[in-house]
Amino acid sequence: MTDQHSYKLSHRHLIGLEEYSRRDISLILETAASFKEVINRPIRKVPALRGKNISNMFFESSTRTRLSFELAAKQLSADILNFGSSGSSVSKGESLSDTVRNIEAMQVDCVIVRHSSAGVPNFLSQCLTSAVVINAGDGAHEHPTQGLLDMLTIRDAFGTLDGLKVVLIGDITHSRVARSNIWGLRKMGAHVVVCGPPSLIPKEIDKFGVEVCYRVEEALSEADVIYTLRIQHERQGEIFFPSLREYATLFGIDEDRLNLAKPGAIIMHPGPINRGVELDSRVINNGRSVILDQVTNGIAVRMAVLYLLNGGGEHDAE
Amino acid sequence: MQNNDIGTYGEMSLTVVRNGRIIDPASNRDETGDLWFLGDRIVDEPLNDESEKITVIEAKGKLVLPGIIDMHTHLCEPGYEYRETIESGTRAAVAGGVTALACMPDTDPVIDDVPTVKFIQDRALNSAARIYPIGALTVGSEGDCLTESGKLLEAGVVALSDAERSIGNPAILRRGLEYNRMFNLPIIVHCEDPFLSRDGQINDGYQATRLGLKGSPTVSEETIAARDIMLAEETGGRLHLTHISSAVTVQLIRAAKKRGVQITADVSPLHLVLTDEALLAYDTNLKVTPPLRSQRDFEALREGLLDGTIDAIASDHTPRSVDEKKVEFQEALPGALGLETMLSFIFTELVEPGHLSISSAIKALSTGPAKILGVEGGLLSAGNPADFLIFDPNSTWLVDADSLKSKSNNTPLAGRTLKGFVTRTVVGGKTSYLHR
Repeated sequence: MTDQHSYKLSHRHLIGLEEYSRRDISLILETAASFKEVINRPIRKVPALRGKNISNMFFESSTRTRLSFELAAKQLSADILNFGSSGSSVSKGESLSDTVRNIEAMQVDCVIVRHSSAGVPNFLSQCLTSAVVINAGDGAHEHPTQGLLDMLTIRDAFGTLDGLKVVLIGDITHSRVARSNIWGLRKMGAHVVVCGPPSLIPKEIDKFGVEVCYRVEEALSEADVIYTLRIQHERQGEIFFPSLREYATLFGIDEDRLNLAKPGAIIMHPGPINRGVELDSRVINNGRSVILDQVTNGIAVRMAVLYLLNGGGEHDAE
Repeated sequence: MQNNDIGTYGEMSLTVVRNGRIIDPASNRDETGDLWFLGDRIVDEPLNDESEKITVIEAKGKLVLPGIIDMHTHLCEPGYEYRETIESGTRAAVAGGVTALACMPDTDPVIDDVPTVKFIQDRALNSAARIYPIGALTVGSEGDCLTESGKLLEAGVVALSDAERSIGNPAILRRGLEYNRMFNLPIIVHCEDPFLSRDGQINDGYQATRLGLKGSPTVSEETIAARDIMLAEETGGRLHLTHISSAVTVQLIRAAKKRGVQITADVSPLHLVLTDEALLAYDTNLKVTPPLRSQRDFEALREGLLDGTIDAIASDHTPRSVDEKKVEFQEALPGALGLETMLSFIFTELVEPGHLSISSAIKALSTGPAKILGVEGGLLSAGNPADFLIFDPNSTWLVDADSLKSKSNNTPLAGRTLKGFVTRTVVGGKTSYLHR
C-alpha cells in the first residue's frame, strides 16, 4: 500500500461511529476498497502489521465477527490471540479492571473487544495506557465495523451514500448495528428511516436525525436500501412484541414488500438471519440480496481499521 | 486536625462567634452579628460581660448557618463497613457542615429491631455528628410484616423506611400508614415500580438510547408516588417521599398538599443540578437511584423547592467501593457520595447564580428536615442546641475524590471547582470539624 492518504484518523481507538467524522469514515472506506484487491490475490497476505500483537477478546459469543477480525489480522501479518469467554467478567469471578491489567502485562498492541455490556470498550480505552481498542460490539451501544462494512457494501452498489434512502427494519432498541449504521449513514449524507413496532423503537431516536415509521409499506416506498435487523422474541426475559409470527406478518420482507422499494433496491442483513421472520427465503436468494457481500466486505473493512489504527503505514518503508 | 480547639468544650464555657453573617430562616434573622452559646446551647448575648471566660471565634466575612440535618444518609454500618462506617460517615458529614443525620436502615442486619438501634446508638456515642436512626418499616425490609415500631420509637428511631425498596404490596404500606398514625412517625418511601424500571441503568431518554443502556422511565416513580399518596390520603398517615426525581411527581405532591394530605418530600442536590446529559461517557459515579432525569424534570424540582412543594434537600449519601463502581456500567451499583459536597454544591449551582436564596437553601437543608423528623436543630435562636457551621462563601475548592473524609470515593463531582466551603462545624457546642 502506498500511503496516498496524508490524512490520518482523528482517533486513537474505534469505540463508535458517533465520534468519527465523515472524513474518518471516508478514509476507512477508501482504504478498505484497496484492501479488497489484496483479498482477491492468490496470496492474500501483506506485511503491514508484522510484529504486532492483536488480541481478540470476545466476552460474548460471536462467530463471524471474530473470524472476520482474525482473518483480517492474519492477512496483515499480525499475530492474533483469541480470548473467549461468555457472560460478564463479574460472573466468572474476574473483574474487568483485572482483565485489563492482564492485557497490559501481555504487551498487546491492539485489543478487539466484544462484550454484552454497553460501555466496555470505552472503559478499556480509559484504562489501557498504550493499546489501541477496537469495539467489536458492546451491548446495544455500537458495532462500528459492522456499520462500516455495511456502508462499504452500499457504496459498492450505488457508488455513493449521499442522498440514498436507507430503511432499517426491526428491533432498533437493542441493536448496536442500527446505532452504528445511523451515525455513519447520517454523516455520509444518507436519509435514514427506522421502522419497527413502537415497543422496539427507543426513546428520542429522532434526535439522531432519522425518520420513524411504524408501517413497513410506507417506510419502503422509494427505498434504495432495505436493511433488516435480527429479531429476538425474548430479551433478558422480557417480551417486546406478541410473537415472531405476528412480527413476520407485519414487518417481514417478502417479494411483495420488496416491490414497494425502488427497482434497484438492495437487501441487507447483519446475520444470523431468522429465515421466514425478518426475510422470506425467496428474498434472501434473490439477486438483490447483498448479504454475502457484507461478509466479504467485513474482512476488508476490518483490515482497513486494523491497518489505520495500528500505524500500518509507518511500516511501509521496510 | 491538630488544632487543640477540636473536642474541647470547657465546663459550660461561654463562646461567641463574632462578626459573621448570621442566617436563621426560622426567626427571619439575616444580619451581621454575634452568636453566643453556653455549653451545648445557644444563648442570648449576656448582659454583663464578665470577659474572663469568653472564647471568641472570629467569623468576619463568613456565614454562620444552622447545621445541616441530612435526612437520607447510608452509613453502611453494620454490614458494609468496607464502604463507610459510622465513624467515617460522620466525619464526612461534619466536613460538609452536616451536624445531624438520619441513617437509612438498609444495613446488614437491617435496622428493624431494638438491639440494632442500640448498636447504632452505641457506635454513635463518640461520633462527630448526631445520628438519628431510621427504623425499617417491615421486618428485614422484605415488605411482608410490619416491624415493632412502638418499640423502635421508644429506642429512638425518628422515622420508618424500607430505604431503596419500594413497598411492593400496597396493603402493607396502607397498614403501616394506618398503624403508625398513633406515633406520628413519618414513613419514608422510595418510589419505584420494579417492573417498570427493571434493569434500568439511566433515565429513559436520548442518552439511554445513545449509550445503548436500558432506560428507567420516570413513570416508574410516578405510578408508585401516586399510589402511596392515595394511601396516605385515605389513612391519614404521615408519608415522606424521598429523593423524588420527576416533574410529574412534583405535580402529584403539589396537588395532594393542596388537598391537605400529610405528605412531605425531599430531593437530592444532584437531581437539582444535573440531568442525564451529564452522562456523556459511561461514568458510573453518575449512576444513581433514581437516575438523573431530563431538563424538564430538574426545572420542576427547582420550582417545587421554591414553592414549598418539596420540603427538604437530602444528600442521599451512598458510599460504594471501587470494586462496586469501577466495573461495567451495567454491573456498577448505583449511588453517589453527598455529605461533604452538598452545601458547597448547592451554594455554587443554585445560590450563587440566584436560583435559590441562602435562606431558602438552609430551610431545605436544615429547618425543613428537623421539622419532618421532629428533632431539635435547624434554629439559631436561644435555647436551641449549638449546632451550626461557619461557611466561607468567597473561596473555592477543587473536589478531589481521594481526599474526602468518606471511606469511599464515588463522588460524581470529582474535578469540579466549588465555591464556598465549611470552615468550622460545631455540634452541641463542640467543634467537630475545623478546616485547615
